Amino acid sequence: MNVWHFMSSHQAEILTATREHLTLVVISMLIAIAIGVPTGLAIVGHPRLRSAALALASIFQTIPSLALFGFLIPLPLIGGIGARTAIVALVLYALLPILRNTYVGLTGVDPAVLEAAEAMGMTESQILFRVRLPLATSFILAGVRTATVITIGVATIAAAIGAGGLGTFIFRGVAMVSDAVILAGAIPAALLALLADFLLGILERRLKVA
Amino acid sequence: MHRNFRRWEASCVRMLTLAKAAVNRNDCESPKVSKAIIEFCDAKYQINTRDSRSILSGVSLEIHQGETIALLGRSGSGKTTMLKLINRMRTCTSGDLRVGGTPIREWDHIRLRRSIGYVIQEVGLFPHLNIRQNVSLVPVLEQWPEKRITERFVEVMRLVGLDPSDYGPRFPRELSGGQRQRVGVARALAADPAILLMDEPFGALDPVTRAELQQEFLSLARRVSKTIVLVTHDVREALLLGTRIVLLDAGQIVAVSNPRDFLKLEHPVAREFLTASELVAGAAR
Repeated sequence: MNVWHFMSSHQAEILTATREHLTLVVISMLIAIAIGVPTGLAIVGHPRLRSAALALASIFQTIPSLALFGFLIPLPLIGGIGARTAIVALVLYALLPILRNTYVGLTGVDPAVLEAAEAMGMTESQILFRVRLPLATSFILAGVRTATVITIGVATIAAAIGAGGLGTFIFRGVAMVSDAVILAGAIPAALLALLADFLLGILERRLKVA
Repeated sequence: MHRNFRRWEASCVRMLTLAKAAVNRNDCESPKVSKAIIEFCDAKYQINTRDSRSILSGVSLEIHQGETIALLGRSGSGKTTMLKLINRMRTCTSGDLRVGGTPIREWDHIRLRRSIGYVIQEVGLFPHLNIRQNVSLVPVLEQWPEKRITERFVEVMRLVGLDPSDYGPRFPRELSGGQRQRVGVARALAADPAILLMDEPFGALDPVTRAELQQEFLSLARRVSKTIVLVTHDVREALLLGTRIVLLDAGQIVAVSNPRDFLKLEHPVAREFLTASELVAGAAR
């Protein structure tokens, strides 16, 4: 079966799967940003917290994605079959790039700028929110960009635990030993990743402070 | 907003009153009368208290209102540390330091810093803020009324020879090194501090711009009548700009002199500086 033929005959189904996929990614990213950026802000002045937070985020990233989905299913509240469990796993995956980039952005500010800020009598929170954070924006966005691309890829595996999305076609294709069906899921997923990378790249350049 | 402005005004008045009060007080536990706005009394600074080596030790110096003190010394002599003790970016390990007659530990460090201008070699302008926002930062933090912020911005920009309407909307990256340093000085003067601290302010500039800015600094220093403490390793700059030169070596003050007498100093470190800058003939070549 030809891939294009399959895709055109299953247009509606692919569109629905794409929408599911995007929903998973967007919700996961929003939660990951809501956790990652404030955590990054919180650990700036605390080297011990920093090591702990970054180590924890790194551990999540080292767990193979399929295994992570599997581990989460039996857990109460966050576990089970479906999108909720998938979102938890995706958030854990997206956390490291966002957290790391937030931290690097916040701590990578020119020391002369920080010295001037301190000498001018800015309080620590003023330095954090008025100097470090605006100067770290493009770094944070670069982390979000990396995390988004990763999440779009990993979200295909979410189909394995019944969360839907473009992975549905990939798993079905594997079971049917049909390249066309696999590609019907893989091509839109790849296009989504490229598009997200491109759009967030534009935003990142816009926000960059020379 | 008005209340905050009053508070700021009150703190300026307090600083002046304290400076005047210091005249009638026995500072540094000595019976003599002091007119010092900044006074070091056997100040010591060390990073690690277990380590016997200290960055600064036995520093005693009175700095009077309107003086321009040039702290001269080699790299690592402790001159920048001495400067940073004044606005409490560093805190004395022992000894005493008074600013405006008040012991440094009794100052709220935020208030203290906002009432002292600070200029560094790298300038440290905020790259995400335009020139107007950079210069007006302390007045904005102090919640001055908008009209007064604008007036003060225009005033200080003119003082450093930059057109406020032309430069106001620009960003630091659009400026040359010399222009950036002028903005740095304007920013330090914005809240009209009584004291101005400058850490090698002209060090990163090309020789022509440096000479130009040094000359402008002289006329500016006369006009603004601030107490200025300037760190430099350039003996010519110290001689040109300082009303007094304080020579530091290995964390200690080894000589204090006016520029004219500095040339006659016999201290070996002073001779080294003068010889190296070819201001006097030296045997070591």
